Amino acid sequence: MNDKAWLALEDGTVYTGRACGAAGESGGEFVFNTAMTGYQEILTDPSYAGQCVVMTYPLIGNYGITAGDNESNRPRLSGFVVRELCKHPSNYESVQPVGDFLKKHGIVGIEDIDTRALTLKLRDKGALRGIISTLDGDKNRLVEKAKALPSMSGLNLAKVVTCAEPYAWEEGFKAAEKPLHVVVMDFGVKHGILRCLAAMGCKVTVVPAGTGAARIIALKPDGVLLSNGPGDPEPVTDAIETIKHLLAERIPLFGICLGHQLLGLALGGRTYKLKFGHHGSNHPVKDLETGKIEITSQNHGFCVDLKSLPSAVKTTHVNLNDGTSEGMSHAELPAFSVQYHPEASAGPHDSRYLFERFRNLMLARQEARSR
Amino acid sequence: MPKRSDLKKILVVGSGSIVIGQGCEFDYSGTQGIKALREEGYEVCLINSNPATIMTDPELADRTYIEPLTTEYLEKVIAIEKPQAILPTLGGQTALNLTVAAAEKGILKRHGVEIIGARLETIRKAEDRQLFKQAMQKIGIDLPRSVVVTDESDLKSIARDLGFPIIVRASFTLGGTGGGIAYHFEELRTRVHAAFEMSPVKKVMLEESVLGWKEYELEVMRDCKDNFVVVCTIENFDPMGVHTGDSITVAPAQTLSDRQYQEMREDAKRIISEVGVETGGCNIQFAVHPQTGRRICVEINPRVSRSSALASKATGFPIARLAAKLAVGYSLDELTNDITRATLACFEPAIDYVVVKAPRFATEKFGEFTLDTAMKSVGEAMAIGRTFKEALQKSLRGLESGKKGLSGAEPLDPETRLQRVATPTSSRLYHIKSALDEGLSVERIHEVSRVDPWFLHQLKDISDFEKTLQSLPLDSENLRAAKRMGFSDAQIALAKGVKEQKIRERRWALKVRPSFKLVDTCAGEFPSTTPYFYSTYEETGDLIPSKGGKKVVILGSGPNRIGQGIEFDYCCVQASKALRAHGWQSVMVNCNPETVSTDYDSSDRLYFEPLTLEDTLEIIAIEKPMGVIVQFGGQTPLNLAVQLEKAGVPILGTLPAAIDMAEDRRLFGAALKKLKILSPESGIAASAEQALKIARRIGYPVIVRPSYVLGGRMMEIVYDDDSLVDYVGRALKAATHPSLLIDRFLADATEVDVDAICDGKDVWVAGIMEHIEEAGIHSGDSACTLPPHSLSPAVLLTIRENTRKLALHLKVRGLMNVQYAVKDGAVYILEANPRASRTVPFVSKATGLPIARIATWVMMGKPLKKLLAPAVLKGDVEPPYTATKEAVMPFIKFPGVDPKLGPEMKSTGEVMGLDTDFPRSFAKSQEAAGMLLPTSGSVFVSVRDEDKPQIVPMARSLRQLGFTLVATRSTADFLTRHGLETSRVAKVGEGKPDVVDLMKQRTLSLVINTPSGKRSRADGFSIRRTALELNIPCITNLHSAGAAVHAIAVLQGASMGVKSLQAHYETLPYKVELGLKA
Repeated sequence: MNDKAWLALEDGTVYTGRACGAAGESGGEFVFNTAMTGYQEILTDPSYAGQCVVMTYPLIGNYGITAGDNESNRPRLSGFVVRELCKHPSNYESVQPVGDFLKKHGIVGIEDIDTRALTLKLRDKGALRGIISTLDGDKNRLVEKAKALPSMSGLNLAKVVTCAEPYAWEEGFKAAEKPLHVVVMDFGVKHGILRCLAAMGCKVTVVPAGTGAARIIALKPDGVLLSNGPGDPEPVTDAIETIKHLLAERIPLFGICLGHQLLGLALGGRTYKLKFGHHGSNHPVKDLETGKIEITSQNHGFCVDLKSLPSAVKTTHVNLNDGTSEGMSHAELPAFSVQYHPEASAGPHDSRYLFERFRNLMLARQEARSR
Repeated sequence: MPKRSDLKKILVVGSGSIVIGQGCEFDYSGTQGIKALREEGYEVCLINSNPATIMTDPELADRTYIEPLTTEYLEKVIAIEKPQAILPTLGGQTALNLTVAAAEKGILKRHGVEIIGARLETIRKAEDRQLFKQAMQKIGIDLPRSVVVTDESDLKSIARDLGFPIIVRASFTLGGTGGGIAYHFEELRTRVHAAFEMSPVKKVMLEESVLGWKEYELEVMRDCKDNFVVVCTIENFDPMGVHTGDSITVAPAQTLSDRQYQEMREDAKRIISEVGVETGGCNIQFAVHPQTGRRICVEINPRVSRSSALASKATGFPIARLAAKLAVGYSLDELTNDITRATLACFEPAIDYVVVKAPRFATEKFGEFTLDTAMKSVGEAMAIGRTFKEALQKSLRGLESGKKGLSGAEPLDPETRLQRVATPTSSRLYHIKSALDEGLSVERIHEVSRVDPWFLHQLKDISDFEKTLQSLPLDSENLRAAKRMGFSDAQIALAKGVKEQKIRERRWALKVRPSFKLVDTCAGEFPSTTPYFYSTYEETGDLIPSKGGKKVVILGSGPNRIGQGIEFDYCCVQASKALRAHGWQSVMVNCNPETVSTDYDSSDRLYFEPLTLEDTLEIIAIEKPMGVIVQFGGQTPLNLAVQLEKAGVPILGTLPAAIDMAEDRRLFGAALKKLKILSPESGIAASAEQALKIARRIGYPVIVRPSYVLGGRMMEIVYDDDSLVDYVGRALKAATHPSLLIDRFLADATEVDVDAICDGKDVWVAGIMEHIEEAGIHSGDSACTLPPHSLSPAVLLTIRENTRKLALHLKVRGLMNVQYAVKDGAVYILEANPRASRTVPFVSKATGLPIARIATWVMMGKPLKKLLAPAVLKGDVEPPYTATKEAVMPFIKFPGVDPKLGPEMKSTGEVMGLDTDFPRSFAKSQEAAGMLLPTSGSVFVSVRDEDKPQIVPMARSLRQLGFTLVATRSTADFLTRHGLETSRVAKVGEGKPDVVDLMKQRTLSLVINTPSGKRSRADGFSIRRTALELNIPCITNLHSAGAAVHAIAVLQGASMGVKSLQAHYETLPYKVELGLKA
């Protein structure tokens, strides 16, 4: 049980811990997540592709892996860092310990790390590249390997995690009075989003990130959801083109996270990288329309520069912690988006009303067309 | 929405005396709330009967009424102050019930006072079981099936329907009083009957059992804009069936998946909006079925609570402060997070540590009880660590119950062990540890205890590691591993069979030292500047550097327990205020989450740590203070003083050697002889033979006790040889020091308490208190009055002079408490303690002089002459009014315990009555303590033979006041012989109706029963116990009876007035301002 593992960052910091996942060596951009529950959703969130996630809550794995709570078919993150991983989980829905899950999916994990010290470093220095190894205890060599990793900026990671073929999503479907068809552009979509759409009575078709506008329009969607996904939006150029076409067609659009950034770019705006991003499930966001605060789930390292957008684009949501823009809508076009995760998973369900807004947008268009 | 400008003055209602189920958490919340309201420019007045609180400090509220918490007094305060609003949500169940009662009597309407913080309908919906059930059904929240009954007729069919066990709950009681679990019909009948007695609204709920389900609590807030946040989630170690106040609890919740938790959060959101809490905090309890996940709402409290205090300390999120701001109209997004100062209060704290709260029981006073839904613990210790194991072990050593961490219980055979594991008691955790040590499987333990396997595996990790520890070499890796599991040096020493000191030396040599991390509400996401720390063993700490200037560490008093409660926390907070007023830095160390001292606002730096030698030495090593204050936190820091001094830590104020001199009977006796101070004959015994020899020399009765204890622990009055031998056997087994003090017992003497301050040159007698009860009843359990009401000037002079001589001789720097007994004009010293006493807050409130603060300045080198006016220093002036303190007892919580006062302290709290003279202030103190002295009716008198002559004038007065007299044969004959018409009643078991029957028929309105020697104890017991359960005032000693008769005369006359502390102080012959900063 005393399998040593090491964690090295590009700034030269090295921590020694214990292996708690798959054996091997894996690197990426280190980010911290402050959620106290929902490590399983985080592990399986495709948006973490290319990243090593540091959990700030020290006890991870207490309820194991539970059936029905994965956000994708397999974990996409590069590494997992915790203070203490639970070997004997306890929960009536638990199917396996997290350590076994990590091993099964080849995810390198390290425990016994001072995750608070690491978090403060990431907060102060910004997201750093780093590596976790169960193989190599040579500290200098590990630091060199960390430095050699590619930066997140400029990488099109959506291409890596998107689905290969279109598919229909049916899990959680609840029939509604007026059936709607939503096409989801999969940049690394979380199943939570699909479940929310299905629960609202939507027929859901998920299409690969590279699907062109014509093929999407041919599916006759009532609306298109631009999904979340990993990394930098700028290199996802084909999708930006597709979105421009969809906007021109006045198809109702709802962007979430990376989808929000891509919508921003398609509308002519710019995006920039945040120092250490927002990763957690306690960020207060104010809906400027109602004045109400929602506690949101967030996971993003890039952000839309609202000032760069045309004047028809209005800020609809603001982050109360740092004042950053969290949502926008277009005054003339049926398109809106949020930077955070209304589907939550993991996190509070305060923002699920946004799916209702999307539904209303689609219904309004349906009605307008039938008139 | 900005704050309301239509409100100018707000009345805050406090929670009264500390009782089980309502501790000093409401001083913490009230203090925060008052500060928050004044900050907004509101005028704040306060009503609270408890003088031992920070909230009743005269500078905190604009007007402070230390008056009984009854609707009559509340209305009088309202009539004088004419507030626009009343805020009842910070003062626990007491304040809520009082405010509801005032509303129902039309008082609030009559005076145009609006309830803020929670609407009346909201309180009703949350508190009335029936209304709550309807509300939950309306929004589809699952509840245990239940039936509310208003009489005892239909129990059979209800029981058939619900199935046993059945939970019995009385409506509108605090801490689950009057509730319980019934396993069969007979038990159900008894419990329901008892619950009816307890419930002020005579409603009792019978409920489907959810015993063994997992228990969770959510601390939530909601504002007028419907913004909702969960401040903290709490999971209980003990499954449902044990009151959450008696359970070990953990924050955040550990074993809920995100989906399960978010569904619970959604439920909470819907519940709080349906109930209508829209301007404050709320506590919502859930039970979750461990196999099916069925989730039910157990109860909600639409106010701040013990759990919200815990949640505030656990997260750094000041719930009470924000609740007060929401109550005056703010919304959460208009308020900032005080810890980060960069973010808003409208968020959900993320924590990156684990918090464990462990309850402290009064087992040593009342024995061990099976835990149920009525709270029994008297205090709690909280600990913060980076793992559950670390936090748990820290919390257990913080309890100061003799455990150095998670240790086993006594050896037992496997069958008994399993039984002890199955039954929830105050020691179950330790039996589980033993069971694990003995090889019992986690599965089996879970099966019988229903404790979640997650917790059990954590305990097993500790047990397993401890086993390997014996054979592991103590290198830095293993030591660090042990520390990371929370093992104390003492525990490691025990496993290794060496002295604790050895382990510490080795650990320090290997540089295995704790790092101190910050409680920052956001898991490190944002920089924070509030210096609130906990220790852990990790790579790096994040200590914020101190400001410059003198720095002093104040050691707090740890968990509340009987004998060491809020009074000591009051002193520690005062010390911090005193230091800060001079620009010196205060560093507070404490582990009690209920207190004001552990508010990050109370000191410059706060360490939430156990008060053990190891933990305090590590803090002192980091902080390097100029000195440490040990005399304010009760026995806890005093027990550390000698070792701290040995370790080179400078102790401020009286030196440990002097403290020792007062404790050491031989040294103390020699000093008294030299100073020519009279004391009862005495001796010290280490064996039964020695004890008998001494007793024969000085003559029975004798009063015996072990040395070095607080709260009169194991103190007894012994009348004969047999009892003495029996006592010595018991005491020597329990004592830490193998010496027993034996004093002649001065029967019928008047006891006097003195608080004094000495600066090395001058001695200031700050307060002389005359006890109402005769000597022999613990000073903490007696009522007392300041100024004294019956002592002669000569006696007072002797008391002052003796106190002065003694303080100078002991080289006291700071506070000293002396107890005297006055008998036939002679003044005997009983004991002296050079430290803060329990009466410091009472004396401060009664005199207007903040004596703990003055003592702090004296310790810091300021002479008394510079701090006090000459007349005050000389003791020539005294208040023109009288203050009476009365103790509040917890007997009702402990079935089968004799509610009798004696030399061992049993009270949990105190109240104060302030009025023009002694009878009036005594009457008020009785009302405040819930002792409803009657103004008419029948009085039952039963006194021992020696008391009979003295009872005659009292009985005569009672007759004159219109009471009828009832007595058993011998007392009745005696009274009749003295010309007092007295009806006879049978003794218990000697015919029908007997005295207990009369009580049950409510034909008696007052009982005077003085217990005689051992023989008639059983009779007296059932009388006292019945009186207690029926809430019939029962007086068990003559002195109190005399005071009560006077008080009754007062109560029959004109109605009592109220007056604020500030107004009282204006009548003082001296100024109370001492250049203090508010």
